[in-house]
Amino acid sequence: MIKIGVLSLQGGVEEHLDLLNQIPKITPLPVKKKEEFADLDGLILPGGESTTLNKLLNIFKIKEPIIELAKQGLPIWGTCAGMILMAKEIKGQDNSHLNLMDITVKRNGYGNQLASFKTEAVIPKIAKQKIPLVFIRAPYISEVRANVEVLLKLDDKIVAAEQNNLLVTSFHPELDQDLTMHRYFVEKVRQNID
Amino acid sequence: MNERYELNKNLAQMLKGGVIMDVTNPKEAKIAEEAGAVAVMALERVPADIRKQGGVSRASDPAMIKGIIEAVSIPVMAKARIGHFVEAQVLEALGVDYIDESEVLTPADEDNHIDKTKFEVPFVCGATSLAEALRRIGEGASMIRTKGEAGTGNVVEAVRHMRTINAEMRQLTTLDSEELMAAAKEHRAPFELIKYVAENGRLPVVNFAAGGVATPADAALMMQLGCDGVFVGSGIFKSGSPAKRADAIVKATAHYDDPQIITEVSENIGEAMVGINISTLPDNEKLADRGW
Repeated sequence: MIKIGVLSLQGGVEEHLDLLNQIPKITPLPVKKKEEFADLDGLILPGGESTTLNKLLNIFKIKEPIIELAKQGLPIWGTCAGMILMAKEIKGQDNSHLNLMDITVKRNGYGNQLASFKTEAVIPKIAKQKIPLVFIRAPYISEVRANVEVLLKLDDKIVAAEQNNLLVTSFHPELDQDLTMHRYFVEKVRQNID
Repeated sequence: MNERYELNKNLAQMLKGGVIMDVTNPKEAKIAEEAGAVAVMALERVPADIRKQGGVSRASDPAMIKGIIEAVSIPVMAKARIGHFVEAQVLEALGVDYIDESEVLTPADEDNHIDKTKFEVPFVCGATSLAEALRRIGEGASMIRTKGEAGTGNVVEAVRHMRTINAEMRQLTTLDSEELMAAAKEHRAPFELIKYVAENGRLPVVNFAAGGVATPADAALMMQLGCDGVFVGSGIFKSGSPAKRADAIVKATAHYDDPQIITEVSENIGEAMVGINISTLPDNEKLADRGW
């Protein structure tokens, strides 16, 4: 069985667990304590509030374990707030959080809740068919540096990207029933194990 | 249901496991954000002061809400009076992220709540029972909270409301399909929503605790009872050291199932707000009785 953890400090945890549960041979696990990160094959950082998540990561000392796992090549996927946690730079802020990926993100890139939206698009590297994309007070990627592969742009804004073992999406695949993105991440995890 | 309603339910889902704090100015909003609040509720007076000072309590000054929106990057909620759809229109025009149609303010309509389906902005509403929750959802609320008894620092009513909602949901799951219309009749709630709860054993929207949460243990108690997150009103800025207490409640909510952590965070966080026993409150001062 492949173990995929979902950081369960705050946010859309259950939604990720529910979708992972529908994929064969996957054991999804909510993780929030240091020791629970030890034998994961993959990790998802869900949507939520990035300021809250960052604070809790600091207080409960789980930043270091996650950074260490990322260095060892563990596949990590951040959705929305998770993406903000993974970015090396956050526009308008001096500090970043986990500092993992060579991207600059703009928080609340589209505005307040009235600007939240749903659309669909094809992500060529991931699937031929369109997949639903839900943006909730979403961030976007304003800049990527070398080694970062842009997976999807919407109106000139980068909303999905990959850098080796790291995957980020501005949108929330966990808020829909479509499993395409989760399957893609699971495949990434499988390849890493092989 | 339309797409906007789904997006509005989705925002509430992203707040799960978090604490939403009442704030009355940008400075408090910053303290709340730094303590790790997932959102702030902007209002002129916290419920404890509304209780003390009396008078008619209305939606806040738009300038004050604007100041708070500018001060923080987390979602900003604000309260409108029950049935006051123009206050709600103003809050929507201001660009708040969520409107609380709240019994804490003086109701503007004693018979009708706002038709929330007319708005793009999401609404959260209070409930004391499953039926009340489903009526509000039927009107378009995309998030529910217990009413509790705001401004008392006494969690007993929030516990009562959450236990009532849980018990009523459990009961619905035991009915067969022929019995559901009778249940809808009995609850005076929309049939489709009764059916949803009977089939899923849960509300179709996120449900937070509110009203009387004053300590980290109170927050964890509500989480263990099955709430998705916690609103803290007077409990923070009416306590001895707001920043410390805010911080502790955030930690206890994230680790609500770990007594060790709740113990650690509860140490030395100063005086809790002074509480009120519900039995000493005259009926006309009980906020939970507002709305139906």
